[in-house]
Amino acid sequence: MKRLGSCLTLAAAASILCLGASLPASAAWEPTRPVELIVPAGTGGGADQMARTIQGIITKHSLMKQPLVVINKSGGAGGEGFLDVKSANNNPHKIIITLSNLFTTPLATGIPFNWKDLTPVAMLALDEFVLWVNADKPYKTVKDYIDAVKAAPAGTIKMGGTGSKQEDQIITVAVEKAIGSKFTYIPYKGGGEVAVQLVGQHVDSTVNNPIEAVAQWRGGKVRPLCVFDSKPMAYDEQVADGKGWKDIPTCKSQGLDIEYVMLRGIFMGPKATKDQIDYYVELFKKVRATPEWQDLMKSGAFNTTFMTGGEYASWVGTEEKRHETLMKEAGFLAQGN
Amino acid sequence: MEEIANLFQGFAVALQPFNIAVMVLGIVLGVIIGVLPGLGGANGVAILLPLTFSMPPTSAIIMLSCIYWGALFGGAITSILFNIPGEPWSVATTFDGYPMAQQGKAAEALTAAFTSSFVGALFAVVMITLVAPLVAGFALRFGPAEKFAVYFLAFCSFVGLSKEPPFKTIAAMMIGFALAAVGLDSITGQLRLTFGSTELLNGFDFLIAVIGLFGLGEIFLTMEEGLRFQGGKAKIDLRVVLRTWMSLPQYWMTSLRSCVIGCWMGVTPAGATPASFMSYGIAKRVSKNGNNFGKGEIEGVIAPETAAHAAGTAALLPMLSLGVPGSPTAAVLLGGLLIWGLQPGPMLFVEQKEFVWGLIASMYLGNLVGLIIVLTCVPIFAAILRVPFSIIAPLILVLCAIGAYSVHNSTFDVVMMLVFGIIGYALKKCNYPLAPLVLAIVLGDKAEEAFRQSLLGSQGSLGIFFSNTLVSSIMILGLIALFWSVIQNGFTRLRTRTAAA
Repeated sequence: MKRLGSCLTLAAAASILCLGASLPASAAWEPTRPVELIVPAGTGGGADQMARTIQGIITKHSLMKQPLVVINKSGGAGGEGFLDVKSANNNPHKIIITLSNLFTTPLATGIPFNWKDLTPVAMLALDEFVLWVNADKPYKTVKDYIDAVKAAPAGTIKMGGTGSKQEDQIITVAVEKAIGSKFTYIPYKGGGEVAVQLVGQHVDSTVNNPIEAVAQWRGGKVRPLCVFDSKPMAYDEQVADGKGWKDIPTCKSQGLDIEYVMLRGIFMGPKATKDQIDYYVELFKKVRATPEWQDLMKSGAFNTTFMTGGEYASWVGTEEKRHETLMKEAGFLAQGN
Repeated sequence: MEEIANLFQGFAVALQPFNIAVMVLGIVLGVIIGVLPGLGGANGVAILLPLTFSMPPTSAIIMLSCIYWGALFGGAITSILFNIPGEPWSVATTFDGYPMAQQGKAAEALTAAFTSSFVGALFAVVMITLVAPLVAGFALRFGPAEKFAVYFLAFCSFVGLSKEPPFKTIAAMMIGFALAAVGLDSITGQLRLTFGSTELLNGFDFLIAVIGLFGLGEIFLTMEEGLRFQGGKAKIDLRVVLRTWMSLPQYWMTSLRSCVIGCWMGVTPAGATPASFMSYGIAKRVSKNGNNFGKGEIEGVIAPETAAHAAGTAALLPMLSLGVPGSPTAAVLLGGLLIWGLQPGPMLFVEQKEFVWGLIASMYLGNLVGLIIVLTCVPIFAAILRVPFSIIAPLILVLCAIGAYSVHNSTFDVVMMLVFGIIGYALKKCNYPLAPLVLAIVLGDKAEEAFRQSLLGSQGSLGIFFSNTLVSSIMILGLIALFWSVIQNGFTRLRTRTAAA
């Protein structure tokens, strides 16, 4: 009876899970039905690519006995996905991969959600942001570009980015503050589109993630000026014009004192047990060890920091504070927040 | 001529037995996906993507792109038979395809749809083969203002000369715009018209609206008319394919025009849905049989199907050469490319010749295989209509519900679908046209986004829509399309006056 009782508190889909849990309690927790990996963004974007790569790696290397299913819930700038996982109380078969909209969406839209509603599992990587300009423009360094922005009448220089009141616009506002001039920020649906708008000279600069703009860089269409991280990226292999990711200086070293990286991490629904968290942490350690994952990291020049447990939770907490400050300064908070 | 040599190497790759097997499998899966309303090519490809990770990249992309072709073919089947578009771009096919089916000419409509799809795709592949680099450069000239101009043209060419009372058309379209505005406003990042409801965060998905308005609305009407499903007399005969083929060449002008519209929309990338609407609208305007459009005119099937398939195929070009997907399905394929370690973009054609030309060759072969498969099945599809309505209607209802659920895995959508069904029935009873409403739901938020992006860039000046030759010529074309009936009347009056004088 005791076992049955603990079962009921454990599972949302009680019947199936109880069967699983009432088997000999030899091993730690394992999924008993397909696991849903929620992507709070549309198909084809950075988070979606990462989720589908994870799905491919897990299938190819048989890392899970149950299948992993990727589901996009992109409504309301990802709010739909977050609320879905928030309501997945006691359902360990639902995990979510997040990006910065974990913080920005609730702050900007006021939907009833906070990351503390979820259980942090692991940080998979951090995504970098690079300041890009069109290769046909004369700006070779950050200083050239900033001087040009300052010289132009306020608002005539156009910065393209993904989404509104999200990471790209936050960086744009930070740059504006640092140089004391104004851009016109134009939001687009996806990073790939932003990169092409820069190639077509419909915007003057972007803060694309490396993976979004690398193809255009290799084609000689765009030029990276600096990376918004505390140290240069780790990949020294040549990418274009005899340069690698490592050769892009930090913005700070170029006199633009802004740092911003984006979380690519995994969360679970509320009330996950330690066994369940441990299972996923181990799973993602195995995923990270595969060559396919390392290829993805290299092609997108990701920062491969890995964190779990308390360390991860406190990192997320600090980031939330930072986003709140940044968004408050930019006037991006929803009314009533 | 280097392209031709590359293409033949590509054929050698695509003709390997394993790749042919993969091609047939992909087409069959794609047709099934296209037939199920709601599932759609993008979802289908996304679900099957992980299966292909263990294949060589070339085989994998052949399989996935064949699913895409299959879905393009399959979308037409339910549009014609049941008035339920399986895919957004088949909406325009229902306008004449369904009336044809009701008149017992389902087989003719299906044959015309499949053949035009093939013609459109072939035209687009030839274009990709010959002028890929040139066309890719053209796509770069499309900023927000140019995109808005294209949407503007799509609206104008479709609405300009509609025969319905103009105020009802405008009312239907405004309802569509209002529905399209629900959800997140991508320019300000604020929620609009959600009234605090989490279900409305995503806005109204186009597919839910279409399944409800067209599919359910039609079933309700049929029920009212006494459970009689017209078209039961459809003859089952493979010769009908040949007979239809004999009649097709006379529409070469419509086909050619639709091919051009389709390629243009696919490359820019506006996508297959505006292409099909625009092509239908223009054909209706220009054709001798324009007055029969909407009553079962075969040209009204040819025009949208040709354009949709040409656009769907041409959409792969900006994806491969620029890394910008021209359609949702292309976006998923793009994700696949990255996972296989292929970097779409300007260098792909240089560094991955075998892959690119293998894919292009598979477009030729895949479409041919697809055409043969679906054409041989025409009698079987048409025979579905012989099943009594009282049996088929519940089946369609269940299929619609599954389709609506699978769009976002949400039961709320199934309820929404029912609501849209009732709205569709009511609008039809009051003689409001549904097409402008649907067009506004599909393109409304995209047009709005492009419009506001342009104004942001121009600091609020409308002059941006006439700031260069490209954008101004598209806008002027749109205005001409909008006022075409007035212009035409003016001409006729002028002519009669000179004749009289």
